Amino acid sequence: MVLIDAECGQSVRIISYTGGHGVISKLRQLSLMPGDSVQIVKKAPLRGPVLIESQGRSVALGRGIAARVQVEII
Amino acid sequence: MRLALIGQPNAGKSTLFNQVAGYKAETGNFPGTTVTYTESKVQVLGESVELVDLPGTYSLSAASRAEQEAIRYLASHEVDAIVNIIDASHLIQGLGLTLELLELGCPVIVGMNMMDEAARLGLSIDGPQLQELLGVPVLPLVANRGRGIQKLFTTAVQVAREGKDAPRLPYKNKVLEQTVQSLTTHLEDNTIGWAPEALAIRLLENGEALFSDIKQELPDIWPLVEEHKQMIIEGHGNDPEWAFAAERHALAQELTSKVVIQKEERVNWQTRLDDIILHPFWGYLIMLGILWIFFQGVYTLGSYLEKPLLNSFDVFTQKLPTLLGGGESVWIKMLVGGIQGIAGGVAIVLPYLVPFLLGMGFLEDLGYLPRLAFMMDVLMHRLGLHGKAIVPFILGYGCNVPAVMATRTLRDRQDRFLAALLATMVPCAARLSIIFGLVAFYLGPIYAVAIYVLNILVIAIVGRLLSQRVLKGSPGLILEVPAYRLPTLKTVVQKAWFRIREFVVEAWPLLIGGSIILEIANILHISDIINIVFRPLTWALGLPTAVGMPLVFGILRKELSLIMLRQALNVTDFSMALSPEQMLTFTVFVVFYVPCVATLAALRKELGTRKMWIITALTVVVAIVAALFTRLFAVVFAPVLGF
Repeated sequence: MVLIDAECGQSVRIISYTGGHGVISKLRQLSLMPGDSVQIVKKAPLRGPVLIESQGRSVALGRGIAARVQVEII
Repeated sequence: MRLALIGQPNAGKSTLFNQVAGYKAETGNFPGTTVTYTESKVQVLGESVELVDLPGTYSLSAASRAEQEAIRYLASHEVDAIVNIIDASHLIQGLGLTLELLELGCPVIVGMNMMDEAARLGLSIDGPQLQELLGVPVLPLVANRGRGIQKLFTTAVQVAREGKDAPRLPYKNKVLEQTVQSLTTHLEDNTIGWAPEALAIRLLENGEALFSDIKQELPDIWPLVEEHKQMIIEGHGNDPEWAFAAERHALAQELTSKVVIQKEERVNWQTRLDDIILHPFWGYLIMLGILWIFFQGVYTLGSYLEKPLLNSFDVFTQKLPTLLGGGESVWIKMLVGGIQGIAGGVAIVLPYLVPFLLGMGFLEDLGYLPRLAFMMDVLMHRLGLHGKAIVPFILGYGCNVPAVMATRTLRDRQDRFLAALLATMVPCAARLSIIFGLVAFYLGPIYAVAIYVLNILVIAIVGRLLSQRVLKGSPGLILEVPAYRLPTLKTVVQKAWFRIREFVVEAWPLLIGGSIILEIANILHISDIINIVFRPLTWALGLPTAVGMPLVFGILRKELSLIMLRQALNVTDFSMALSPEQMLTFTVFVVFYVPCVATLAALRKELGTRKMWIITALTVVVAIVAALFTRLFAVVFAPVLGF
């Protein structure tokens, strides 16, 4: 499944992600690496961005990006 | 001696720099507010130290131009030691950057900031052990309260004096470690002045992209680099870029697990607060409320001060010729002109600028702006705007110059162009004073709100047209949302004071000089010529002929156009010379047309001369269209609006 399909409050593990070079390096910089666990904190209404928390840091991800992050529920 | 300060966005690096160097760097609780290098001289242990504040960066992955610049700057030994500031409450992420710095082959010292916040989150951090594991000094720090700063810098100077390069932590992956060592042996006497190992790692990780301009200096190594890259791909299973990132990430996790103990997790009021602030309904209501209070406060305070200040200046300038012996001499006219320039600066601009900057600084330090970005992202995307463009966009409300500079964090050239163009159309604090000083003051605050709404609509339309017709789609929002921090009065006031001082120092000579020149131009009838040149434009917009000259001054600094208008129309009360339609049309035109000189310079630096001209031309077109629309609207609805 992909990140946007996860429910609010769920914890998931990142399996992989795809996208342009810019997107990948930005995710990597924010320490969102495959293998990391991530909690879905908030989902903005009207197909808005997703707010996730990973290792104490909150990151807002646009839907387009969240759709490219493959995750599994833990 | 030269020390470089480096840290991730929001680690408190600029706060530290300001504490040490006086108020120089712009800080805010918003990722990526520092985009240019600020340098400052300080005295430590009797030594004169040049302190360089590098842009906040999450890593040295060379993904953006700013990062590439930072890597080359640090690796080529231009500094004697690197002072790395990390956020103790986000240790894993912070250590990712620290590990990269340890690879550069320079003396490094780590300042672990926000120890108080980490303690609040129930984190117990073993600093001495971290120091042992990293092999470089690690010192605790609470920068915003000034704790630990002196110790940090005295240690940094000692480390720089010793000049001992920081050790690199070996990679866990054997293949990666061996490959790096193998390539290093071939780079022992490179001519670019990098530590051989640092060069080996960067060649493998970033390849030619990072070295494009010095490729000739490293001619015969490229086949070797390719060969070693293949070794990593075969042995590690990933391409080198991934391999290095994964290794550092694993190392950072391991280090953190060794030195951090999570004590009982307290109920996090931050999460509770976010439940309300980011609520799908209440969140937007709160957002409107905050913005309403903010702008209403600026307006109330400003208009309360504008009237008496303007009056006293008017009384003074009217009496002055008599006091000086009367007469219509040229000198007295010029003196009066100069004083009117100051009057504009003091009475029209400052009353709105001061509360605006205080409020903006408060919201920035509080950490509300990224949350605003989170909630507005949907709307931005609907209107075809770039998700990340929100950063320069919001900064633009303060001043367009840092907004244009902030576009440097965008990787794609086309994205940067679009973001810069849109950022220059955001009404900065100077234009705010025009909107408030003219429109809100004479027509009521609701019209100021209308102009802001129109402005957002126009920006959205331009963004949508360009992103569909010319530019490709945007990748979307990736933005760190930092923890709320209660702003300290000191940092908010300091920041506002710094920006006001800049306004006084930079703008007032222009205001006074401009007013005198306008006076001379009037006497010599030069302004008539300029007004005639502008007549087709002012005629189309239904504005008085005398508006032409102030529009020229507006390019120097935006608020000048209003201040000069007062003098050009020769009135103290704008409602005597301008109809409500004219006020609206004039303001809308001024909000959009040609960025000010400082912004033009920033555009030229960031995007090049050609794009600067394209943006200038586009803003003129947009300004004319928007102003014509406003005029038409005001004329058609005049009876309804009661004009």
